[in-house]
Amino acid sequence: MSRPMFTRRIGVLLASFAMSLFGVIAAAPGATAGASSTYQSQHAGGTLKLLASTAGGTLDPQVNYTLQYWQLYQATYDGLVSFQKVTGAGSFVVVPDLAVALPKVTNGGKTYTFKLRKGIKFSNGKPVTVNDVLSSFQRIFKVSNPNAGSWYNVIVGGPACLATPATCTLKGGVAVNASTNTVTVNLLTPDAEFLDQLAVPFGSILPATAPAKDAGSTPIPGTGAYMFKSYNPNTGLVMVRNPYFKVWSAPAQPKGYPNEIDMNFGTTVESEVTAVENGQGDWVFDALPSDRLQQLSTKYAAQLHVNSLTADWYLPMNTNIAPFNNLKARQAVNYAIDKNAAVSLFGGKLLASPTCTILPPGFPGYVESCAYNKGTGSKYNGPDLAKAKALVKASGTKGMAVGIVVTNDPVNSAVGQYVQSVLNSIGYKATLKPLSNNIQFTYIQNTKNKVQISLSQWYQDYPAASDFLKVLLSCSAFHPGSDNSINIAGYCNKAIDAKMNKAEALELTNPTAANALWGQIDQQLMSAGAPWVPLFNPKQIDFVSKRVGNYQFSRQFYMYVDQLWVK
Amino acid sequence: MGALVVVAFMVTACLLAPVYAHQIAHEDPFSSNLLGRIRLNGRMVSVLQANTQGAGYGVTPIGPTWHFTNYFLGADNQGRDVFARFLYGGRASLLIGSVSAVICCAVATVMGLAGGYFGGAIDWVVSRLFDIVWAFPIYLLAISLSVILLTSGVNIGPLHIGPGSMMVPILIIGAIFVPYVGRPLRGIVLSLKEREFIQAAIGSGASDWHILSREVFPNVAPSIIVFFPLMVAFDMLTESSLSFLGIGVQPPNASWGTIIQDGLGLLYTRPWVAIAPGLGIVITAGALNVFGDGLRDAFDPKAKLRGSI
Repeated sequence: MSRPMFTRRIGVLLASFAMSLFGVIAAAPGATAGASSTYQSQHAGGTLKLLASTAGGTLDPQVNYTLQYWQLYQATYDGLVSFQKVTGAGSFVVVPDLAVALPKVTNGGKTYTFKLRKGIKFSNGKPVTVNDVLSSFQRIFKVSNPNAGSWYNVIVGGPACLATPATCTLKGGVAVNASTNTVTVNLLTPDAEFLDQLAVPFGSILPATAPAKDAGSTPIPGTGAYMFKSYNPNTGLVMVRNPYFKVWSAPAQPKGYPNEIDMNFGTTVESEVTAVENGQGDWVFDALPSDRLQQLSTKYAAQLHVNSLTADWYLPMNTNIAPFNNLKARQAVNYAIDKNAAVSLFGGKLLASPTCTILPPGFPGYVESCAYNKGTGSKYNGPDLAKAKALVKASGTKGMAVGIVVTNDPVNSAVGQYVQSVLNSIGYKATLKPLSNNIQFTYIQNTKNKVQISLSQWYQDYPAASDFLKVLLSCSAFHPGSDNSINIAGYCNKAIDAKMNKAEALELTNPTAANALWGQIDQQLMSAGAPWVPLFNPKQIDFVSKRVGNYQFSRQFYMYVDQLWVK
Repeated sequence: MGALVVVAFMVTACLLAPVYAHQIAHEDPFSSNLLGRIRLNGRMVSVLQANTQGAGYGVTPIGPTWHFTNYFLGADNQGRDVFARFLYGGRASLLIGSVSAVICCAVATVMGLAGGYFGGAIDWVVSRLFDIVWAFPIYLLAISLSVILLTSGVNIGPLHIGPGSMMVPILIIGAIFVPYVGRPLRGIVLSLKEREFIQAAIGSGASDWHILSREVFPNVAPSIIVFFPLMVAFDMLTESSLSFLGIGVQPPNASWGTIIQDGLGLLYTRPWVAIAPGLGIVITAGALNVFGDGLRDAFDPKAKLRGSI
């Protein structure tokens, strides 16, 4: 998933896809003490005050693809299955949520049968029925979910729904039986990652009455421990306890601690940091300004939490318009950018590591390599400006104007200024276009905006190589003219797509070989396509107020907002 | 006189920015220098320094060295020499302030003279144009125009100005202040028109051009001269405000406003990045105001021009 400040997709190697496919995970292997541990009622109550410089866009869980709200959705919405709410590697494990158990998988991995729990109600008091499940699957296509074409099109009827979303029925794909309370999902082909894809917020089960279009700033009722009470993208949002919520499975949806969770928008990151220092706020969503980190790491070290991530900060280059429709121009930028400089702007070597690949270290399929490097070697050595300048000259793009679109927070703006300086130094006329967090992520996706190069981030949705490679760089993830075109580079190489499909199929039978193939694809994408400049793999830094207790970090959903104590 | 000396000093210092940057400091103030190292007190040090205290997170630009030849005011978050940027930024601020003041005063003079002298339909059109611009709060108008023109640039007939050009803020700032100069000038012309020497010129059959250029304009000129330094100060402040908001001078170019914006993120650790350009604005704008007051006293001790701005 992406985050306007931090596009997100976590990841650590965990072959959960194979295990979840066959429905063998009911417990939590690898889990450490987590959200599902014994509830301590003496800490319940109070108002948790979260701070973000801007809103994260639409509140619709089947449309929004930002970490900012995905962290909130895990407490407000449920799917048939969800990622276990514990800390450590166990947070990658898929567990039953609104379904009684993990699905029964038959028909050679192509049919999933879920039995829906009874007695669960939405926050509007209406019971959850199988019809809600059916309409939620259909709604994924009707609202043009960002991954409808790369994840959910595997459902029978999915391709037809993609072609004509408004009339999507998923006939033959999703069948419900009210008398047995079961939902049967038929796939066109076996999909090792299907359960993972249902466990993220896009798979949320919403009322059948939810609008068949992006709900925007109107909250949709959910089943989680909290519900959105109000949302104003200019000022903030308020989450309160869902009056109809009762714990049915603590690993899937635990009871939260604060009575109310507020997220306020509209202040600068500097002010957010000061507010948390002074106890006027409890958590800073945005990347912490580099110069404040020194102060925080000396005076407020106990309130800082740093966790490893599998994520990328990267520069997608639009492969369909000049100058980056020229491979040599893209390669030139890859040679020119000094990834260590970007690391420095993020906060230094303790908080980020330079990277040359799309897959982050430790991820399935990751192979250390560096196609654009000073000298040879698989480890990053630094930029090669001479090669970069030569490539720009050879590409015939020298002197062209290039617009760099970044978000307007301090860290992203600083990286953008650095990129502008580098592009100017190799012969382009670069201008910086800072945009609000609220709109930048969708703006850079839409081809109508003719964005040439931008700064974006990707934090895994679930630990599988396809979640980086296929989701971000396959032809099916490119939707010209849409705000939901997560293949920001617009890169489409049918030969590589075929390899991706082959690797996905191989995951079912030979995960090791599949990962090796994903590794090859990663390297081929960079050497032959160079649609991105991978910058660095960041760590997550959470700065919380002094009064906050019970900080827990999920590698899937990051900090469990609803599990924090403010009392 | 003191104010004039201050203004002259600031202008001279800023004009010498390239000399300082390239011949003395040997730094390019417009290029990032994130991994740069400099020799300071016999030791090589990084321009951006990793934190070594506490948990060790964070990177901080080098602070003021107070060595005139070497990062005198320290570095900003891109590792650039703040003092060199301060001088270049002052150059841009003064340039924008001066050129936009020239444009403003020139347009306002033409409109004020035309409206006041000819009256009738011409005066009605001029006055309504003034009213339209005056109806908007200055900064709201400037921000609105900047947001639009910085995206698309200016394309009017043969006039093409790129989106990132410094001419964009110059034109915007020059335009929005026209009524603030033009309206008082129109009032002066209306008053002059009733005076005997103008009536005598009209009665003698002199052409309008002759009367305007030989009789009216010389009597309006002192007021324009008084207005000019004040408008330079106003325009500099407006430019700084727009640049601070990111809709004036565009990076990597610098103005005092953009440098304050750069320094905003470093207020806790490197306050000089923001303080230096702030002082530059205060001193220069203050000196220009005092200078303008002096001119007013010299030309027309009884005038109340300042109250009309």
